[in-house]
Amino acid sequence: MRASVRVLARRALVNATRRLQFLAPLVVFPTLLLAINVGGLERTTTLPGFPHVDGFLDFQLAAAITQSLLLGGVGAGIAVALDIEGGFFDRLVASPAPRAAIVLARVLAAGVIAAVQVCYFLVLGLAFGAEIKGGLIGVVCVLAIGIVAGAGFGAIGVLIALRARSASVVQGIFPIVFVVLFVSSAFFPAELLSSPADVVAAYNPLSYIAEGMRQPIAFSNELAPVLEGLGAAAAVAGTAIGLSLLALRGRLRDA
Amino acid sequence: MCNSIHGIAAIEVIGLGREFKDGLKAVDGIDLEVAPGEVYGFLGPNGAGKTTTVRMLVTLLRPTGGHARVAGYDVERQPAQVRRRIGVALQEAALDPLMTGSELIELQATLHGITPRSVRARGAELIARVGLSQAADRRVGTYSGGMRRRLDLAMALIHDPEVLFLDEPTTGLDPTSRLTLWDEVRRLRDEGTTVFLTTQYLEEADQLADRLGIIAAGKLVAAGTPAALKAEIGRPHLDLVLANGSDLERARDVVARFGDQRPTTEGCHLSIEIALGAAGIAPILRALDDAGFAVAELELKQPTLDDVFLAKTGEHLEGAEEPMPAPELA
Repeated sequence: MRASVRVLARRALVNATRRLQFLAPLVVFPTLLLAINVGGLERTTTLPGFPHVDGFLDFQLAAAITQSLLLGGVGAGIAVALDIEGGFFDRLVASPAPRAAIVLARVLAAGVIAAVQVCYFLVLGLAFGAEIKGGLIGVVCVLAIGIVAGAGFGAIGVLIALRARSASVVQGIFPIVFVVLFVSSAFFPAELLSSPADVVAAYNPLSYIAEGMRQPIAFSNELAPVLEGLGAAAAVAGTAIGLSLLALRGRLRDA
Repeated sequence: MCNSIHGIAAIEVIGLGREFKDGLKAVDGIDLEVAPGEVYGFLGPNGAGKTTTVRMLVTLLRPTGGHARVAGYDVERQPAQVRRRIGVALQEAALDPLMTGSELIELQATLHGITPRSVRARGAELIARVGLSQAADRRVGTYSGGMRRRLDLAMALIHDPEVLFLDEPTTGLDPTSRLTLWDEVRRLRDEGTTVFLTTQYLEEADQLADRLGIIAAGKLVAAGTPAALKAEIGRPHLDLVLANGSDLERARDVVARFGDQRPTTEGCHLSIEIALGAAGIAPILRALDDAGFAVAELELKQPTLDDVFLAKTGEHLEGAEEPMPAPELA
């Protein structure tokens, strides 16, 4: 199992670097949105109820990372759907490798790509004047949450691909995930959200993931938000991986 | 080569069927048996059920009826054991265009549990065998159709399978690539590998298959060696055109004793069924010569697999005689 997961995850990573048209949007679009938000909405930090931050960039970095990780999930889903459409998926299924390795390798690769995405945004933030208040430990916390969340979003992408079996359908369905992001506290503090968005945000795991990463970047290494973020990411990942494995099983059973 | 299936059929299919949710019976209760080391040709037109049968035998599709055993294992109850013992090259060489030939071989080897130490040597050996050494480090997206097929074959052979499934391996290939693949199939037979080969090409089936199954509309309509199938529908015919065809009736009497049935005539053409085939021509020509007849043209017509297909289904094998594509630039 381990050898199969390793070799398939390596393939997913190598392919990601060779398919730049899928890799570039993972950072380009969130970077653009980050630049627009920071450039145009800086004064929102003065709103009553907005937590004290040194700059809006410090606050928005976690949102950009979360958005980027969600796009990573789209990429993982499209890659699996392309394998299904092109017949490569059948080749994997016809081999004696454990079939769960097909899902787990994609999830592992999504986690590795997530680590790169997190590092990119942290370096970008530092280059444009942000500070990581939690220092090196803070960076580790952000990385941990980002990797687990990225793996979870990758699993969601795989799940959609296994159900839809078409890259264009994956691309079409996934924007719904962004709706979920906008009804979280990723872009604005929960305290400033009006009803019913504040209620949705309170139950939205993306709120906890973004705030878990925001805490060490913009504030301090306070443990509770970080653990909540890690827990939410793990819950998303665990659920999505479980559902993906069930979807794979169902797909093979119905074949 | 593994020998675990000696004495047992390499493939045993009893009443195998597949009905899809829309009610379409793609495969309708077929029975067949393939002996170890045999090349079994599965001949039929597009949509006859060839690929559906292969997909069931390689555990990619569940049968809705009947049973099948491959390499001694039940495809439904022991799919993992089946997958360990088979090599599969599906209809469209499903290769990742972003990876190189070497990378794909290595991936396939690892999935088959070959140790990293052995992977490189085995991969290089197979890549050389299919003539892709020069292109091994190029991305598959730059390969021609023939190169993809050869790589696909190499990947299917990475673990020395007992049974190799080739689903229309030469469809769309240029004549040179087609002949290269035929040579490789013959070599595999010589090495003792059982090959289950689907094709819509009559010549391919005739050239490669030790035995044939002909499938039409999901049913197996004939099975046997190519020679036996052809013999079933009739003996070779000798067609003669006489130079002095005006006395055709006398010529007919001369040749009548060489066949079981009286020769037929049409214009200056004379046709006789001869049991001996080519060996029966010389005595007929001598007899005609002795009787003062000069033969302007002669042709020995053997029954073809298309004749067999026509006799069994009432239709010609569609696409079987399509012209081969022009040679491609690799």
